[in-house]
Amino acid sequence: MSELKLNPYFGQYGGMFVPQLLVPALKQLEQAFVDALQDPAFDAEFQHLLTEYAGRPTPLTLCRNLSPNPLVKIYMKREDLLHGGAHKTNQVLGQALLTKRMGKKEVIAETGAGQHGVATALACALLGLKCRIYMGAKDIERQQPNVFRMKLMGATVIPVTSGSGTLKDAVNEAMRDWSATYDSTHYMLGTAAGPHPFPTIVREFQKMIGEEAKQQILKAEGKLPDAVIACVGGGSNAIGIFADFIKDEGVRLIGVEPGGKGIHTHQHGAALSTGSYGILHGAYTAIMQTSDGQIEESYSVSAGLDYPAVGPQHTHLQQTGRAEYVAVNDDEALAAFQHLAKAEGIIPALESSHALAHALKMAQAATEPMVLLVNLSGRGDKDLSHVHSILAEQAAEQQTSTTEGAH
Amino acid sequence: MQRYQQMFSRLAAEQRGAFVPFVTVGDPGPQLSFEIIKTLIDGGADALELGIPFSDPIADGPTIQNANIRAMQAGVTPAISFEIIRKIREYNADIPIGLLLYSNLVMARGLDSFYSQAAAAGVDSVLIADVPLHESKMFRQAAIAHDIAPIFIVPPNVDDDDLRAIASYGRGYTYLLSRAGVTGAETQATMPTAELIGRIRAYNPAPPLLGFGISTPAHVKDAIANGAAGAICGSAIVKILEQNLQQPNKLLSELKSFIQQMKAAT
Repeated sequence: MSELKLNPYFGQYGGMFVPQLLVPALKQLEQAFVDALQDPAFDAEFQHLLTEYAGRPTPLTLCRNLSPNPLVKIYMKREDLLHGGAHKTNQVLGQALLTKRMGKKEVIAETGAGQHGVATALACALLGLKCRIYMGAKDIERQQPNVFRMKLMGATVIPVTSGSGTLKDAVNEAMRDWSATYDSTHYMLGTAAGPHPFPTIVREFQKMIGEEAKQQILKAEGKLPDAVIACVGGGSNAIGIFADFIKDEGVRLIGVEPGGKGIHTHQHGAALSTGSYGILHGAYTAIMQTSDGQIEESYSVSAGLDYPAVGPQHTHLQQTGRAEYVAVNDDEALAAFQHLAKAEGIIPALESSHALAHALKMAQAATEPMVLLVNLSGRGDKDLSHVHSILAEQAAEQQTSTTEGAH
Repeated sequence: MQRYQQMFSRLAAEQRGAFVPFVTVGDPGPQLSFEIIKTLIDGGADALELGIPFSDPIADGPTIQNANIRAMQAGVTPAISFEIIRKIREYNADIPIGLLLYSNLVMARGLDSFYSQAAAAGVDSVLIADVPLHESKMFRQAAIAHDIAPIFIVPPNVDDDDLRAIASYGRGYTYLLSRAGVTGAETQATMPTAELIGRIRAYNPAPPLLGFGISTPAHVKDAIANGAAGAICGSAIVKILEQNLQQPNKLLSELKSFIQQMKAAT
């Protein structure tokens, strides 16, 4: 067997646990990626797309009203302003260029919240690739606007009804499709998880988030932030903002997992908080599983974080102690969602609201001056109807209990 | 794993190929599953390939996915699966029994513990669908330590380096994929040419059995005519189960007659 060009492991996590059939496709992708990194023309084209099409660099915004504590400054990296509405657009443009480099004309992708699906659809429309996107039936229901966006941009959206009908099952279907079509088709995996080389490729194509933010905050503050905070589903926006800070040991890196209805219930998506490790979707990493090794269904109010595993580099960063991972539950995320809207006039994605909620907790507890950098990974337009109905339901429940209390 | 060698020697003397049926253990429930596997043996199976139910079978098409779901809904765990296999081993001491499963079931139990339980249940080989050559070292070492044959897959896009490694690491038999994609009778087998099987055999791997899309006696016959040592059939068998879930007697009689026809083609 021929050797790989890059190390497929982060410490003991990662690897390439896929059917033998897919190994040549992953090696071809690895080779194309290694070649592309050496090719100034590739970088020039990628940078051109990022600047002229996607709108990089994104701004860094110092919150005027959000921080509950005058000692604490909260800066937000505004990936919500990127074309497509989230950080997903960055790496998709990179992978679309790799697709063309490999001479492939079709793309498959999976999507949870629909943000990666939208990003894939826009990149494919732009670069003349044909794309089909697997999406859990349950996610299609809760993310209708994104389904319509994908279709408008020419993508075929394929509902996945097997299993839990969410992101995990969409990944399964995409991998099944790819094992029959790898000759002509690229699998554009949407997060820094999955088999090697995806975790490395996605990090490299997202790391500009942290590189830009570092320069911006140095300019604004004259020093590095005390902590960088990002939400973690599969972990692409987090690894994107962390990567350039990993060597700056004074900077705390904090990943925020979806605590759902609480990490002591089974209804959450906080794989790293469970301390359980295994193999899912090609990588050895933190996963949610039963004692027999059956994969558990995750849960989160935010579809983009609803995934029972996490990218292997995050597991490694947790194990080495370089990054910390905490969980924020649905209610805290919903409160942060509303708080940012009222305080700053910015409606964040429910995913990013998890990171904000944790920043707010840190700010409340702070007794010394502190500068926090939060990755506002996406905007909340896609979540409006979902949040609207949750809030309406909560209001109705409150009314019922008040009425009952009066009797 | 000596049972595979004995089987291939017997078949060589008979100048026939092997017919190897696959089912998911515990599908549709533990008791009927035991009867189903006995029927495979009674119908003339030369060896058995048995799946352990898993929540996320990414190498399987809809038919075998549903078999996994049925077994899990019937409460079948890896421990219950091993219990059923132990009973099958008591029923027949000679037939080679292969497991086909996913890596996380092995990881969750711990490698040494998993292979030791498999050996105790009477298993002869283990094929892990999502462990390619690159990741196989610890799995194949644990297998050999428990006298279990590690099985490797030869896909249609195999290169010479991989063939050399498969010949060196594999024992028991070699799983030759007839085509790309996932398991299923919906997409028929593409017969590898006699030249391709010849090229593979030149590396002298464990005898190659052809699988994926094998659903008719003609497929079995062609596989053997082109140089395979036999054929593996899964989804076509699971479909017989799926179509007769409410009629166990009809299920078993249809199954037996299908196995007999497939074996007759060897």
